[in-house]
Amino acid sequence: MLSAIKRVNLDCAAGKPVDPRAIEVMIPFMKSSYGNPSTLNSFGQEAKQALEEARNGIAELVNAEKPESIIFTSGATESNNLAIKGFANRNKDQGTRIITSGIEHMSVVNSVKFLSTKGFEAVFLPVDKFGFLSLEDLEKELDDKTLLVSIVYANGEIGTIEPIREISKIVHEKNAYLHVDATAAGGQVPIDVRSEGIDLLTLSSNDMYGPKGVGALYVKEGIRIEPLVQGGGQEKGLRSGTENIPGIVGFGKAAEIAKQEMQTNSKRLITLRDNLIEGLIKPIPCAFLNGHPTTRLPDNVSVRYSFIEGESMLLSLDMMGVSASSGSACTAKTLEPSHVLLAMGLKHEEAHGSLMFTLGKQNVQEDIEYVIGLMPIVVDRLRAISPLTPKELRK
Amino acid sequence: MYTEKVMEHFKNPHNMGEIQDADGVGTVGNPVCGDLMTIYIKVKNNRLEDVKFKTFGCGAAIATSSMTTDLAKGKTLEEAMKITRTDVASSLGGLPPVKMHCSNLAADALHEAIKDFNKKNESGQEVKK
Repeated sequence: MLSAIKRVNLDCAAGKPVDPRAIEVMIPFMKSSYGNPSTLNSFGQEAKQALEEARNGIAELVNAEKPESIIFTSGATESNNLAIKGFANRNKDQGTRIITSGIEHMSVVNSVKFLSTKGFEAVFLPVDKFGFLSLEDLEKELDDKTLLVSIVYANGEIGTIEPIREISKIVHEKNAYLHVDATAAGGQVPIDVRSEGIDLLTLSSNDMYGPKGVGALYVKEGIRIEPLVQGGGQEKGLRSGTENIPGIVGFGKAAEIAKQEMQTNSKRLITLRDNLIEGLIKPIPCAFLNGHPTTRLPDNVSVRYSFIEGESMLLSLDMMGVSASSGSACTAKTLEPSHVLLAMGLKHEEAHGSLMFTLGKQNVQEDIEYVIGLMPIVVDRLRAISPLTPKELRK
Repeated sequence: MYTEKVMEHFKNPHNMGEIQDADGVGTVGNPVCGDLMTIYIKVKNNRLEDVKFKTFGCGAAIATSSMTTDLAKGKTLEEAMKITRTDVASSLGGLPPVKMHCSNLAADALHEAIKDFNKKNESGQEVKK
């Protein structure tokens, strides 16, 4: 086999480099302006000012009505937990039914499942072959008892962008509330919480080139949620604990950059994405795209190859310097194929044969060409080893 | 996550392929679970003269298949029946715990191939010819 001649990271959904401009603004808050924003001294006030500026940056990215609608958390997992459990527990007198979909992140799935052991009713809606939520099913399942609907803006594994405006309309007609997990979509596609009718929105810092360990939850004005963490009452009492100022400052800068550069970046990534999709599928028989060809995130390429298994493809690519992912990195612990791919109607063996590439700002056309050149070699070799490969495909 | 030995066998698997006129064939696993292996054997004087494999599965599945054929080749049928999953895993310098069960099926496929051979030679006498 070939040996690695270069390193190409196409697993950016798992981890992204922090934008150097975000790193730069973070440093003073570790070295000199290290105060605690809850204190009244000048060190604390410096930190407080930076905290509020970052809050403003996040609010502007999603067009929140005011900066105070943004609550900083430790990341998207906490934001999803806070949104779902915090909202459900605070408002259970208004309903006990929670609706979500089959293609949610585990932090949504498990928050909803947890609530189902505490007197709430959980409903997981199906999606179609592209990964779009079934609006008819949503309408059917929304009853008077429904309190909250939690839907992903775009699933990071398959890239399909959900019709949030339509979903919001249906949800609010039935007087329920809408939480949207925009972890993968945030900073990549324009999000407007007000015009799209979103009540709670999860955002992640690292997914938009900010540091890891920071996230945010947008909480629409007038919506009441209950904190998960009790303590000194930071973040309007919804997330106690001294704020992670350097992280939040980096997140704020990353959001500001994302807003400014979204159009240019998306355009460039979409070109790379479509080149990669074409190059991974056209030259190889029995190769298919997962998700929708155009209504998908600019960074996402999800493909599957018949007769071979994803992990062995990942290992082969990794040996040649290419990092990709098979299903969700989190589900690799269970060895079960991705629940997201299964929810789209893929058979187990199809889900096992799936491969996901997620692009980042640092990727260039040369990276794409390198991977496109390797893929037929990887697929042919593994197909030669597999007993499932039909004779006509053996080389 | 994998040992060097596992990666070695994954990169350059030994005895990969089919035996057209195999004396015994054993298949275990299921594509639904993500692992499927077939072992082909050629028997001469009660010994495994040739062993080959075909595998659909992860890196561990391919490496364990390759290692199993190495361990089995040249052994008597009785000796080969005693090769266990643990033998295969330890010859590879160990496997991640999560891979011990689902991806380490090649020894079972080998045993199935030997049983298939025995069944074809019903009385069992031919095993010792």
